Amino acid sequence: MATQLKSRSKVTEKKADPVIFNFPEEAQLEETIERPVIMQVKNLHKNYTKDTKVLKDINFDIREGELLSIIGPSGAGKSTLLRTINRMIEPTSGEIIFGDENITKLKGKGLRKMRTDIGMIFQHYNLVDRLSVFENVLHGLLGYKNSLQGILSLYSEEEKEKALEIITELGIEDHIYKRCDELSGGQKQRVGIARALIQDPKIILCDEPIASLDPRASMVIMEYLKRISRERGITVIVNLHQVDVAKKYSDRMIGLNAGEIVFNDAPEVMDQGIVTKIYGSKADELIVE
Amino acid sequence: MDIQLDRTNDGKIKINRPTRGQKSLKWILIATAIFTVAGFFMMDYSGLVLSQAIADTLNNLYQMFLQPELSQVGFGTAMSQVVVTLSLAFLSTILGAVISLFLAFGTAVNLSKPWLSTLIKGVITIARAVPTVLWVLIFAIAAGLGSIAAVIGMMFHSVAYLVKAYSEAFEEIDEGKIEALRATGSSYWQILFQVVIPETKSYLISWTFLRFEINFGVAVAMGAAAGAGGIGYELFMSSTFYYDMNEVGMITIIILIVAIILELIANRLKIKA
Amino acid sequence: MSSKSSTQHLSRVNIIRKKHIRLTIAALIILGLIILAGEITSYDHIDGLLSIPAAISWLFSNMLFSAGTLANFPTVLRLLWETILISIVSTTTASVFALIFALLGSQLTQVNTFLMYVAKLVASVSRNIPVVAWALILVLSFGTNSATGFLALFFATFGFLVRAYIETIDEASSDSIEALRATGATYPQMIFKAVLPGSMPQLFSWTLFMIETNIRSATLVGLLTGTGIGYLFDLYYKQLNYEMVSLITLSIVVAVLIIEAISNRIRREII
Repeated sequence: MATQLKSRSKVTEKKADPVIFNFPEEAQLEETIERPVIMQVKNLHKNYTKDTKVLKDINFDIREGELLSIIGPSGAGKSTLLRTINRMIEPTSGEIIFGDENITKLKGKGLRKMRTDIGMIFQHYNLVDRLSVFENVLHGLLGYKNSLQGILSLYSEEEKEKALEIITELGIEDHIYKRCDELSGGQKQRVGIARALIQDPKIILCDEPIASLDPRASMVIMEYLKRISRERGITVIVNLHQVDVAKKYSDRMIGLNAGEIVFNDAPEVMDQGIVTKIYGSKADELIVE
Repeated sequence: MDIQLDRTNDGKIKINRPTRGQKSLKWILIATAIFTVAGFFMMDYSGLVLSQAIADTLNNLYQMFLQPELSQVGFGTAMSQVVVTLSLAFLSTILGAVISLFLAFGTAVNLSKPWLSTLIKGVITIARAVPTVLWVLIFAIAAGLGSIAAVIGMMFHSVAYLVKAYSEAFEEIDEGKIEALRATGSSYWQILFQVVIPETKSYLISWTFLRFEINFGVAVAMGAAAGAGGIGYELFMSSTFYYDMNEVGMITIIILIVAIILELIANRLKIKA
Repeated sequence: MSSKSSTQHLSRVNIIRKKHIRLTIAALIILGLIILAGEITSYDHIDGLLSIPAAISWLFSNMLFSAGTLANFPTVLRLLWETILISIVSTTTASVFALIFALLGSQLTQVNTFLMYVAKLVASVSRNIPVVAWALILVLSFGTNSATGFLALFFATFGFLVRAYIETIDEASSDSIEALRATGATYPQMIFKAVLPGSMPQLFSWTLFMIETNIRSATLVGLLTGTGIGYLFDLYYKQLNYEMVSLITLSIVVAVLIIEAISNRIRREII
């Protein structure tokens, strides 16, 4: 905890990169305030078989409204770690405390309820291609509905208005009735973000959200994610393979290597030595500013 | 918000604007459902007492699968008849495959002329429209009932199937590889045998085996319905002539085992391809 | 030429030579199998080839129909309709059951592992028992009427469609199911909001394919069970009335082509 506090004070001294965000002064000042912890991951292990241990004793805290990025070479367990947080993958052992509750024990209704609090966006967007943008965004509400309401698409007018508001905020309001397979990659990812936002989540998990996008679209998506964490106070956890993007946008970075956390600190602390530690010999190929 | 919104008559916001295809699909599904229900009333059930028929069938199935036994034919004969059926399937598949390979060169649009491709596809569509059993029986008029009629008759559908599969595999070859060889002055046949076939080999083998698997079932049918011999003929005899359900059961189980083995091999080859 | 490149050259020659040897061996094995299979089935390759032109010319020579033959045309149409009817109805009925089994049998949408294997096993048995076996078994108790053909086609179609549907579901919906599961959606919601919207056109396309196939299979089943157009074909075939045989064949071809045209039209429309 002490090192974290130290690094945080450094952030304010150095002043965050002014080019990227034009957030009001208050937003920057907020960074100095210690944000409350909303989730704790404790002694998390995941073994696929006895010999393939994907996650080994993972421990970290997740704070409200922060943008936390997880970096590491492919196969380090980033994707598994992200998916154990909302139990898309069952951890082998360990605890995840979320809202005073150990969510690794949840079942049925409780599990669904927990998932409504955690939105998720994906590398391949994972939309239903043949349905409209509007319908795909409304899918985010399914967790709040019973089976029949969901199947019959019984959404209230308020819910639709709310969906439209979010869609407009993300700048895809011209496409609401288009089928998702008619959209560009960047637009699809914005639909994915809208679907996560309408859940009214406390956390949004992003699995390689920009890996299939061109640099311009990537930047737009990262800006949106940053804004979501700042303006809505939603915690955003992003798996990334680009170290430079992670450094530029994150409040905190976790480096994962072979299923173990080897770095957990502010992006300013990250240097070439640490990158080598995370990525091993492959580090030379990565550009670090 | 100035979004173009569609609303229902009572002013509710619509969440989709179905495309023509989606509307068509909906109506086609509804029409199909209605046709199916109506179809049950239109079918001819003369002489059918449903409860009796079901009871008899269950009894037959019980005898077949729980008391299977060979009585008219010995186990050795049954096995050799399976080999006959497999041989018929093999011959029609392999001969069909050779013919299909050449026809597929003429059908793949990247290797052929458009008119030739269309012509072959047209002939194949018509040949495929004739049920296999009719082909076999028609050939039996010319060649007599037996293996020739069966093999040649079964070949037609095999060719139709394989030409489609082969030519689609050929069409997916990277144009650059063909270009590269053409640039070195290679002839048409050199290109076919040095690029086209090696590039698509695993697909060709996989599809050919899949057809062999299908042809096994077809060969059983031809044995039963068109005098082609083999295990299908034994099945026909023990059911229609001897009413020996225990033997029908044993033969069905033998066929089932062979078919499942073939299917498993076909799946394995498909994964590799 | 340096010694290194010459050894490389040599090893390449070796690889090519080995490839040639392997190819020759494979060709010889296949040739051997062809000869062996020919012996087992007493199949004569020359006679086989000669029969093709003979049969085709026979077919066309019988296509100048006499008035007597044409007078039977209404009967042909009636039985053809009966055959088309059972093909379509058996396929659509089978597709409903196949969809349920495919959902249980797909890795993505399975409810539990035990049921998944049961679903797959039932489908496998039902498709690997040839349609003739179904027909021969069922005709004994159901008799010579449409119900026999319907059920025989139903079982074979069901087994095939389960496999095709599982592949379609696996291909079309893994991503969107994951997303819906992550929102906290229920199982029925995932099926109706992700799986079905994503794969319905392809599922229906498979159903159309089976209708096309079944019209031909129905002829075979009819021949064995004494129903529909297959029965009529068999009747005139045994009477050596080859004009009628040609007329029936031609009618089936036209019917199959029309149905293929319609289903291709539908496919273009919905996909």
